Amino acid sequence: MTGVGLFVRTFLRRDRWMLLWWVAGGALLYYSQAPSADGLYSTQAEFDKAAASMADNAAFIAMAGPARALNTVGGQVAWQAMAFGAIVAGLMSMFVVGRHTRAEEESGRDELVRSAAVGRHAPVVAALVVAATANVAMGALTTISLLAYGLDAEGCVSIGVALTLTGLVFTGAALVAAQLTDGTRAMYGITGAVIAVAYVLRAVGDVTENGLSWLSPIGWGQAMHPFSGDRWWPAVIPVLAFAVTVAAALHLFGRRDVGSGLWPSRPGPARAGRDLHSAFGFAWRLQRGSVVGWTAGIFLLGLSYGSIGRDVKDLLGDSEFSQDLLQGGTDVVDAFYAFTIVTLAVIGSGFTISSALRPHGEEDGGRLETLLATALPRRTWLLGHVAVTVLGTAAVLIAGGLGLGLGFAMVTGDAGAIDDYLLATLPYLAPTLLLGGLARALHGLLPGRTFLAWIALAFCAVVMFFAEILRFPGWLRGLSPFDELALTPSEPLAWTPVLVVAAVALALSVAGQLGFRRRDVITT
Amino acid sequence: MDVIEIEGLRKTFGSTVALDGLDLAVRTGEVHGFLGPNGAGKSTTIRVLLGLLRADAGTVRLFGGDPWRDAAALHRRLAYVPGDVNLWPGLSGGEVIDLLGRLRGGLDEKRRARLIERFELDPTKKGRTYSKGNRQKVALVAALASDVELLVLDEPTSGLDPLMEAVFTDCIDEFRDEGRSVLLSSHILAEVERLCDRVSIIRAGRTVESGSLAELRHLTRTSVAAELDDVPSLDGLSGVHDLVVEGSRVRFEVDTDELGPAIAALGRGGIRTLTSQPPTLEELFLRHYGDDLQDAS
Repeated sequence: MTGVGLFVRTFLRRDRWMLLWWVAGGALLYYSQAPSADGLYSTQAEFDKAAASMADNAAFIAMAGPARALNTVGGQVAWQAMAFGAIVAGLMSMFVVGRHTRAEEESGRDELVRSAAVGRHAPVVAALVVAATANVAMGALTTISLLAYGLDAEGCVSIGVALTLTGLVFTGAALVAAQLTDGTRAMYGITGAVIAVAYVLRAVGDVTENGLSWLSPIGWGQAMHPFSGDRWWPAVIPVLAFAVTVAAALHLFGRRDVGSGLWPSRPGPARAGRDLHSAFGFAWRLQRGSVVGWTAGIFLLGLSYGSIGRDVKDLLGDSEFSQDLLQGGTDVVDAFYAFTIVTLAVIGSGFTISSALRPHGEEDGGRLETLLATALPRRTWLLGHVAVTVLGTAAVLIAGGLGLGLGFAMVTGDAGAIDDYLLATLPYLAPTLLLGGLARALHGLLPGRTFLAWIALAFCAVVMFFAEILRFPGWLRGLSPFDELALTPSEPLAWTPVLVVAAVALALSVAGQLGFRRRDVITT
Repeated sequence: MDVIEIEGLRKTFGSTVALDGLDLAVRTGEVHGFLGPNGAGKSTTIRVLLGLLRADAGTVRLFGGDPWRDAAALHRRLAYVPGDVNLWPGLSGGEVIDLLGRLRGGLDEKRRARLIERFELDPTKKGRTYSKGNRQKVALVAALASDVELLVLDEPTSGLDPLMEAVFTDCIDEFRDEGRSVLLSSHILAEVERLCDRVSIIRAGRTVESGSLAELRHLTRTSVAAELDDVPSLDGLSGVHDLVVEGSRVRFEVDTDELGPAIAALGRGGIRTLTSQPPTLEELFLRHYGDDLQDAS
């Protein structure tokens, strides 16, 4: 165990900003439900009516969890936040564990560290301690913030503990996954699959009430019934699961060589296939996993929103927020889905930015030098990635619109919705690609500042969700390209803003392309 | 004609001067050693030569063309192996070899197969599972299997074991025998002595010496040790340093171009045994990077 303390301090130092964002973001997800539930309904009667409607909707149950005490603010917080909060804690745990165990081994840095006087288990234990600390911090901050809002004390503690424990179970799962494969991406894939399965098990279990939820770590947390009875005995299950997974991970770690995984890595082909003939084929090969994953994810998200169907009318009530949503003044259902489409587009921008920054990752990882020393021109290499970004973005948004329409059509039987919602999604290609263009411009002109593209995305999300509440002035809202467009389908499509935004996107993209051709390649 | 002509090349990164008036000429058909300590600017020079970095001042000609403007066209005629080979984690070694070969305009199938065998490379392993030496082999096979006129190699053997270094040396010999050129950056002196026709030594971004190994040896000293019947007076002989006389045994170092008169003087004392060691590149290096040593003598 020599060196654990030193490792913990080093990891915490390296991760302090990342952990701060995760912890604060996770706690905010819980906290923000309280004022939004409070503000949505002006009378308890209205709240009761909405709660009854929510409890009747299987899609809602599948998305969030078992419906309990939905006509109270605490019940709403638990219902709206717990399933997604568990996913946030799970992803945080996965990244923290991965980056200090498997990623370090893959890069070879681990070997350097291990040659020093450190215990064999020290880095693994330290990664575990850091991940556990982060989960405790997220749970504690959630409890404190909800206490500060004035919710029932036992429920506040219970919901925080549930969050921490669920995060710990996923920490254990990530630690086991890190022993199985020799690749960081594969380890993230396994852990991500565990989180996804946990979510799906509880979704099916909550709807059918057949007990499947008891197989899901997310279900265990929800079984503690925060703000609706507060029972503590289910907490034993995640504690045991955490202990078992950690013990298993340490046992497996003792049985494998440093740098390798328990599962031998599958050999690849000895010869390159046809796809590796062109710059586009190569870019596609590097990004296809991300394109497929995002497209499927956004499709499912659209599907789950769409399956709310016409129930939105009951859910929204007559509050100020609902009035804001109805600013166009037409139909509540259309207004709700117009807002949903913007949400899908903003989330889909995550793909666009990460894809537009992939060339930067290649360059930063030192893999570009060898490529550009061949007859491959810089322009062609970069355009290959641009093509993947543009086509991938189109695929992601179309999948979102299609999922939304399909979900709606399945619940309501209104097949025309598929066309309507799909078409309403397409204008948002322009603002989404504008963020991609910004990422490209940063890569070409300010390669040390590419993170600004993510800040821009965060700004757009803030404008979308909070501009009304925070009373943003018009010019500030206008900085978000998503805010420029007409809210299709509740408002008629206006071509001018779409074309203006598209033109800016193109200009940024071209600036990035030209900038990259004129500057030095980043070398290490 | 020279395949590479660099004159007065300057490159700065912010306030750091990486290259400060560097000259380099590589002739067609020669293996040119590019020597210098870490941080001297070898990799930066190569990156400018490949059009990855833009020169601040000076002229750089590659096959007579401008490596920044005509990068892609010129690259058809060369293959490059970086000092630190980074591969794509999800691509197999065989895929990378084919990819790089195709991007260079095709590779020789027979040579590809033979090189993989000679370097004992498993082409089905994924990029992330290769060791440093194996990553280097992937890049070397891709480069050597391409039909190119010039190889640019940046410390290509730093991860290879001695057996593989021998394979590498043979491959470079064969490559040169076909009349093609190599720029080999290195600080492994034995490798450069074994392979290179001419050498440029750089230090702090400047060329300090350039020429054939024979020419450079004029700048160094030969060590001589002899046993004589009768030791004559060697004091006054020009170019003799560090003279030690122990009874009938004599040891000294002599500037290589003064070797003749020194041996003649020994001959007058009746030579019983004589050993002389030619200067090594180590000594050349010491001369250029061991200023303190030089000043002391």
